[in-house]
This record gives sequence, C-alpha cells and structure tokens, in this order.
Amino acid sequence: MYRFNYEAPTSIDGTLTALRNNSEAKIIAGGMTLLPTMKLRLASPDYLVDINNIQSLAGITKNNGSIVIGAMTRHADVASSALVRDCIPCLANLAEAIGDRQVRNRGTIGGSVANNDPSADYPAGLVGLGATLVTDRREIEADDFFTGMFETLLKEDEIITAVRFPIPKRAAYMKFPNPASRYAIVGVLVAETSNGVRVAVTGAGSCVFRAQAMEVALENEFTPHAIALLTLDSTKFNEDIHATAEYRGHLVNVMARRAVSALT
Amino acid sequence: MKVSFSVNDKTVESDVEPRTLLVDFLRNNLGMTGTHVGCDTSQCGACVVHMDGRSIKSCTLLALQAEGREITTIEGLAVGDKLHPMQAAFREEHGLQCGFCTPGMIMSAIDLLQNNGDPTEGEIRDGLEGNICRCTGYHNIVKSIQTAAKAQ
Repeated sequence: MYRFNYEAPTSIDGTLTALRNNSEAKIIAGGMTLLPTMKLRLASPDYLVDINNIQSLAGITKNNGSIVIGAMTRHADVASSALVRDCIPCLANLAEAIGDRQVRNRGTIGGSVANNDPSADYPAGLVGLGATLVTDRREIEADDFFTGMFETLLKEDEIITAVRFPIPKRAAYMKFPNPASRYAIVGVLVAETSNGVRVAVTGAGSCVFRAQAMEVALENEFTPHAIALLTLDSTKFNEDIHATAEYRGHLVNVMARRAVSALT
Repeated sequence: MKVSFSVNDKTVESDVEPRTLLVDFLRNNLGMTGTHVGCDTSQCGACVVHMDGRSIKSCTLLALQAEGREITTIEGLAVGDKLHPMQAAFREEHGLQCGFCTPGMIMSAIDLLQNNGDPTEGEIRDGLEGNICRCTGYHNIVKSIQTAAKAQ
C-alpha cells in the first residue's frame, strides 16, 4: 500500500469537511473492497476518511411500511435481523450469501452500493425491490442510482446515509455464485411489489439492470413457465474465465425461473 | 499516528503509519506471531482474529481501525496451561495437518459456535467458507468443531 493520511470523524459534518479539504480523499466503509484494492495498488487515495465511528449510520428500523437500513449496517447484521427476516426475507438471504462470515462482519450495504461492482449482490437487491437511497443531501431511486460499471450518481463528497426498502408482497433472490469469491456470476431478484413485478439482474452485464421483458411476462402470468422461452440479448454481457457471455445469458433465465419457482 | 486498543485484555499503545495492517501490527510490533498471514488478500482466513467478539480478517483492517476496540487473538484463548475448549477439541480430533491455517480456523470456529451452538455438518462447512486449509484437512477440522459443540 502507498502511504496515506487517515482520519475517523464521528459525524457526517466532520466527514464532509474532511472530504472537502482533501481533494484526493476517499471514504472507507467496511473496507472489504477498498483495502484489497489499495494493497494491490489499483487504488491509491492519499487520504482515507473512515466513517466506521459514526454511530447514526448503522441500524435497521421499520418506518411507514418500509425497512430502513443504515449505510454502515454490516451484511451479518442484515442477515440476522429479525425485522428484515420478517418483512423482506429475501434481503436477509441475499446478505447471508455475500462473501464469507468475516467479510459479512465488516462489509456494509452503503459501501457495497457505492462501489457498484458489476457482480455484487446488493445492487440487484436495491433495484429489484425498488429501494431508495438516502444521502446527506437528497434521495435517489435505485433505478437511477447505478449508472455503469463501478459508477453511480454519487458526487465526490456525497455520503450515503441509509437505504429504504418498500416491503414487497413477495420476493426471491437466486444467484449462481463464483465458488471461490461468492460474487454473483449471475444473480436475479424477482419481486412482486405494489407497483408491479420487478426483475433485477446482477453479474451478467456491466451494471445491474432490469429485465423488462420478463417483468411484462410475469405480470401476465407469475409462473416459471411464463419466462421459460425468454432469452436476453447476451452479446454485451460480461465474459471472463468463469463464464462466457452466452452462458451468463442462459443463467439469467435459469436464476429467474428458480426465483419465481421459490415464490409459487 | 497514535493508536490504543486492547489485545487479549491488555491495553496496547503505539505510534503507527496509517497503512499498517492490524495483522502486521500484531506480528511485527507486538511480536504475537500466532496470527498468520496466508494469502494477504482476505481469502484464506489464516489471519482471523476477533474484534469486539466478532471474527474478522486482520489482513483487511488497518491497525488504526482497531482504536478503542477489543482484539482477541489465538494467544488469548488458553488460560494458563488450560486450552480453550475449541483448541482442546482440535487437539483431540487432530484437526490439523501442517497447522498453518489452524489459528484462523479456531478463531472462525469459535465465532461460528457463538452464532449457532448446535450446527449441522453442512452448517459447519458453510461457516468455514472464509478459511482455507491447503492440506485439505477439512474432515478432522469439521469433526473438531462438532466435538467442541458437544462439549459446550
């Protein structure tokens, strides 16, 4: 790791000040991606602003029919939350299947979505459930937030404070994990919400996306059969040593059908 | 930068570079070499310690991030000559081959039983996802944890 300076403010205001005073500063949340990236010298921020000491950023509450999860809530705490298990069990399952226990004890929902790894699970969780991101200055719909590979609408000095999930009628998340890293080679979240059916796909493309054709088909008939013959255009899907683009395209359909089966 | 935290119930204070990892601080500054560095990429789990009672990978935490926290390492488990029940179970069931992964395995195993006192074999294997044994000696490691769970 290259040298850097470090500060751990205890308030959002203190964090904003630190970020504004240091143009090359980077926020560190759980650090499960940032620290390994810095060790490999793929990232070299000269100033780290650690937000782990801001108590108000962690915690899970139920509010007006929504579950609100603080940005610094660890994956392990989402997975074991009775409130999440009760209201949105698929979100607890999604959190439980991220990385390994030690990663889940540190990694945070805010850090995961701010990083927007194309194979991360939470982006599918947020988009599939129609969540809203709350930052220090505004609210952003998950549909708009994720803009491309590792790209989001966040400004350089903007901090995610919480994610608000409307409680769906029913929802399931199925992923085909990379057996070593547990990142999603493909992950699909299917939700029936008060605003209709939503299908969000992670791992397949450069960024999480909604499979609209599947949403329409499932709106008509909520069965695995209804989407069995729907193939997505996989020409621009990710391709690596783990899976070809074509295989990922195939997996999207398989995972989507498994999710629907789990709900019917 | 100044840092102060507890390691195995003793307060340590030091001046560290911000880029110092917790595992390097434990090994190089405190001379506590029971916590191992295997992959150094948060995959293998040889470096697992507990922070405030939860297992974490100490190769993926800055020493400064332990400020004010309680760290427990493999050296902090035994009381005098009396092994921790998990250590005793690993000894009893021969839950090790070369022993390199053992400190991390034991620290993860203790956290596993904290969260699930009566795990099935499958749950133990899932719970050890973050720990790799290069000797592939998982069979006796799983047996050791089953023995420790029964002894509780």
